[in-house]
Amino acid sequence: MRRLSHSLAVLWVVATLTFVLMRVTPGGPFDREQRLPPQVLANIAAKYHLDEPLISQYLRYMTGLIQGDLGPSYKYLDRTVRDIIISTLPVSALLGILALAFAVIVSFPAGLLAAYYHNSWTDRWCLFLATLGISLPNFILGGLLIWIFSLQLGWFQAGRWGTLSSIVLPTITLGSSAAAYLTYLLRSTLIDTLGADFIRTARAKGLKEIVVIFKHAMRNSISPLLTVLGPLLAALVTGSFVVEYVFAIPGMGRFFITAVTDRDYPMIMGVTLVYSTLLVSANLIVDLLYSVIDPRVKRH
Amino acid sequence: MKIEKRPRGLWRELRQNRAALWSLGFILILGLSSSLAPLVSPYGAGGLDEAHILENPSLDHWMGTDGLGRDLFTRVLYGARVSLAVGIGTTLLALVIGTIVGLISGYARPLLDNLLMRIVDIFYGLPDLLVFILLSLILGRNIVGLLISLGLVTWVRFARLIRGEVLQAKEFVYVEGARAVGASHPRILLRHILPNIMGPIIVTLTFMIPAIILAESTLSFIGLGINDPYSNWGTSWGTLAQDGWRAMRTYPHVIFFPGLAIFLTILSFNFLGNSLRDILDPKGNLR
Repeated sequence: MRRLSHSLAVLWVVATLTFVLMRVTPGGPFDREQRLPPQVLANIAAKYHLDEPLISQYLRYMTGLIQGDLGPSYKYLDRTVRDIIISTLPVSALLGILALAFAVIVSFPAGLLAAYYHNSWTDRWCLFLATLGISLPNFILGGLLIWIFSLQLGWFQAGRWGTLSSIVLPTITLGSSAAAYLTYLLRSTLIDTLGADFIRTARAKGLKEIVVIFKHAMRNSISPLLTVLGPLLAALVTGSFVVEYVFAIPGMGRFFITAVTDRDYPMIMGVTLVYSTLLVSANLIVDLLYSVIDPRVKRH
Repeated sequence: MKIEKRPRGLWRELRQNRAALWSLGFILILGLSSSLAPLVSPYGAGGLDEAHILENPSLDHWMGTDGLGRDLFTRVLYGARVSLAVGIGTTLLALVIGTIVGLISGYARPLLDNLLMRIVDIFYGLPDLLVFILLSLILGRNIVGLLISLGLVTWVRFARLIRGEVLQAKEFVYVEGARAVGASHPRILLRHILPNIMGPIIVTLTFMIPAIILAESTLSFIGLGINDPYSNWGTSWGTLAQDGWRAMRTYPHVIFFPGLAIFLTILSFNFLGNSLRDILDPKGNLR
């Protein structure tokens, strides 16, 4: 309960901060190259309540927010921010989930092998590949994959969303750095766990190696992985801006980028709030799961 | 005594690691040649040459030329200034803010500590890139504006790290000893605790620089980074990659070389960070 109110407080601060940020930013959404006549500007301002004092604008926005109304988009005149987010969020979410799945599928065997054969060539190769994965920026990996698999080999489509073959490359691009990061983490926690006394006990009492690893070692290495779920999700969100841009995917990240260039303030605020809510609730869930999975952690 | 001995031992251990040495060498050469860029490259930063547009790499133009006939090697070299300046500058800024907040927060009474940590929590709960973008709307899209907005987001990592280290260090006997001798609080913090927690700070520093370089080039690539065509520093690698992106189908070299530069630089810092961590953090606190 205390955690929940804390999360809500964080969200409120984020909403207020973005509101203030957007109002003090120089330049407005309606500064075009051709100057609009003052009468038109005044009409626009009146329509969007921009002529009212800041405090009443703020209150209006906040009451709307509680009712789930994020305001009108300044750029797409016939659509509200809510509509745009509802139509683009599932695309981004699907991409994120697939990327996360890819990361988990790649990193678990890699981290396990590296930890089990600690200090061997396998370990060194896994570490080397993980370092490569972390160092390769999303947009470069994306460009490379498009160039090899799409332009040269023609195996996968790039730049159209919806078909199976168009999903493969963005998923790999977005998931690779997360995979590398998870491999690192799993490897180091598993190395610690495998050196612990209870593993020696398990082996000594004649358990099969498979049982030792999956039942004893893995289970005790999961909880450190959970803690990074929040930052990992944040990384995926950040990555999705770029990946959606590179692969021309109609997701929320790409709309955010255009919203920034267009200075479509309600849109910027809406997306910021959606992402913050996502992260804050992920952190909350992780906190709760933590005490379930690892009974050693007492609930504060 | 201890402070003087540390670097020599560090260097001796670092010499054992070939990947770290290569990385260090690459970074030093990059830093040196980019700061002396006008001497290294025969072409000017803005030297248009309409007779040599989009040429493939040759002996004259090691990395080929771009859409306006500019020598790509020269542009990549000048771009290194931007990346390194933003990467190192931001990290130092974040280090200063983070150290001050972290030291105070770890050392002070719980009330102040709580307040500072709530602020840190808020920053921690947001996607970095999102906050960079929002801040850079206000601070402007030039090197200084970007540096400040990146610094304002990343200091929380140092603050968290240093707070944790101070909380541990506070309990050690040497701190008690210093207090017994009558040392003031600032003196204990700066002369006794800070030197003893330098290891984790250096490691985090080394990993922070490539993260910032990555963020800067990513922002520039999606068109929300440095947008300052009159800067005589050079053009960001991210912007160069963006230029190449549009011509990728027919002239892949224009995106390949800036991309390679970004990749190698980030990789070098990460290799260096890995071995520094092995040396300075044998207990594995930072893993």
